Amino acid sequence: MEFARGIMPALYLLCAMLLALVAAPAAAQLTIEITGAGEKRLPVAIVPLAGEGALPASISSIVRADLERSGVFRGIEIPLLQPHPTETSRVDYAEWRARLADALVLGSVAARPDGKFEVRFRLFDVVKQAAMGGVAYTLTREQVRATAHRIADYVYEKLTGEKGVFSTKIAFVVKRGAIYELQIADADGENGFFVLRSNEPILSPVWSPDGSQLAYVSFEQKKPIVYVHSLRDGRRRVAANFKGSNSAPAWSPDGNTLAVSLSREGGSQLFLLNPDGSNVRRLTRSSAIDTEPRFSPDGQFLYFTSDRGGTPQVYRMPVAGGGAQRVTFEGSYNVSPRLSPDGRRLAFIHRNNDRYQAALLDLETRQMQILTDSARDESPSFAPNGRMILLATVIGGRGVLSAVSADGRVKQRLSVTAGDVREPAWGPFIQ
Amino acid sequence: MRVFWIAVLCALLAACAGTPTEQSPAGVEDRKPGAEARGVEAGGPSGAELTAAQRAALTDPASPLSKRSIFYDFDKYDVKPEYRPLVEAHAKFLRENAGMKMLIQGNTDDRGSREYNIALGQRRSDGVKRMLLLLGAREDQVESVSLGEEKPRAPGSTEEAWAQNRRSDMLYQGEY
Repeated sequence: MEFARGIMPALYLLCAMLLALVAAPAAAQLTIEITGAGEKRLPVAIVPLAGEGALPASISSIVRADLERSGVFRGIEIPLLQPHPTETSRVDYAEWRARLADALVLGSVAARPDGKFEVRFRLFDVVKQAAMGGVAYTLTREQVRATAHRIADYVYEKLTGEKGVFSTKIAFVVKRGAIYELQIADADGENGFFVLRSNEPILSPVWSPDGSQLAYVSFEQKKPIVYVHSLRDGRRRVAANFKGSNSAPAWSPDGNTLAVSLSREGGSQLFLLNPDGSNVRRLTRSSAIDTEPRFSPDGQFLYFTSDRGGTPQVYRMPVAGGGAQRVTFEGSYNVSPRLSPDGRRLAFIHRNNDRYQAALLDLETRQMQILTDSARDESPSFAPNGRMILLATVIGGRGVLSAVSADGRVKQRLSVTAGDVREPAWGPFIQ
Repeated sequence: MRVFWIAVLCALLAACAGTPTEQSPAGVEDRKPGAEARGVEAGGPSGAELTAAQRAALTDPASPLSKRSIFYDFDKYDVKPEYRPLVEAHAKFLRENAGMKMLIQGNTDDRGSREYNIALGQRRSDGVKRMLLLLGAREDQVESVSLGEEKPRAPGSTEEAWAQNRRSDMLYQGEY
């Protein structure tokens, strides 16, 4: 009891300190700036939902910002409407056509007796003069942003035929002074929080296919070690800590296997292991560098970086083992391969006259396209719908994230004040 | 959500009040309790602490042993002839101090992929290790790892900074 009495105040103090830590603006706000847009953007009218003033944030503004950020849509200005239309109003299509809207969203928010809210909305095709569907959601005050992102996903999918990524998350590393934070935020940069804070570098975060875990490399033991961190209960465990360096984790599509680069047998070679660190087996046997593995979406192949041909290039080999084929040929430095979700394109970093630029290779036509005009691109990461690629770059001496559409037209920049952002990883669709 | 996990943590800490709690690695904070490592072989050499005499031998500026860094040309990982006496001196020290362990950290400049640079730094530290073993150090005395471009000695993106950062450092236990 003496012992317990002595230690309890210390514990409470520790708790108070931890609470203070998280209550503070723990994660710096990512701000997003749109620096390029698609050529033809579909004009949409997102009318403020009737009664949305009762919510802590404007759902219609968030939906509009989401849709505009995609580069596919342009929100049109909404005049003061009397009476204010809702999802049940009779739509005056001629009037919306005159405002040059191709699509229209109307809706309403109602407070419920239990303190929650009900949001209803309906999407209309103004050109075809037809309702395209609608949904009702029940939400708490804390779920306003999440609900708005779901509405934006609904609108995006109805109008483009592709799934939206507004409800997904991104992970990235922020370096501020000598402090490294692995952070997670919504795809629009909001709701950021840190998962891990360290005095030593953190790099290469990758999401498990179900979005419940992150694998990453941490230098907290003065050398690279691969960890797997559960986002459900915050438990982290070592996946690979062998003699030498342990790095470059990648998840198999079924989530049952990690590919990593280990130097435990000399050199940097590819190994497969279970996410709990068991069942380690060597995959490549070269005297070259083999690193940065990524599984193809069907789980059959590994794409990776190797200098076995004299310069670092992207290769591909069967996960079951066997010979590797070279994939990139243009230039003397092509690294960090990432497959598109449909497996048909490869994003990577290409050195072009001393500039490191994100490039995209169509694996069928072999056409290569450089996506940016920057000089220090790193770590490309596809959005789960394959539309955008998030990458790290350096602007004005500071690390920022940049998102670029697969056609190179739509561009956004994500930055934090007084810090470097790097090592982005776009999370999967959450069911 | 965040507050919820802290509450869970506090509850767990309180529940453990009668038993010593495990320490996290220094300087690392994760959001919850229960960080654990299992099912892996221990990494990193660990040996006896340095004696005062050994420490003196390793830090005397007049001794070649006080020099720990080997620098490289761009995209190169061979130990240049000018560093051979330095590596020989450390190999001799390891031979004569069988309990002594060394960690070699390979480093690169900040151009290109972070992960590829880990592999390049590894190639540099592996080269130093190979040379030490050829000169009589034992395999279990030496671990070669890479810090890639993550721990630059010189900040900035200039030729001078890059030259400082293309480097292997030989560190003895207690020095890293």
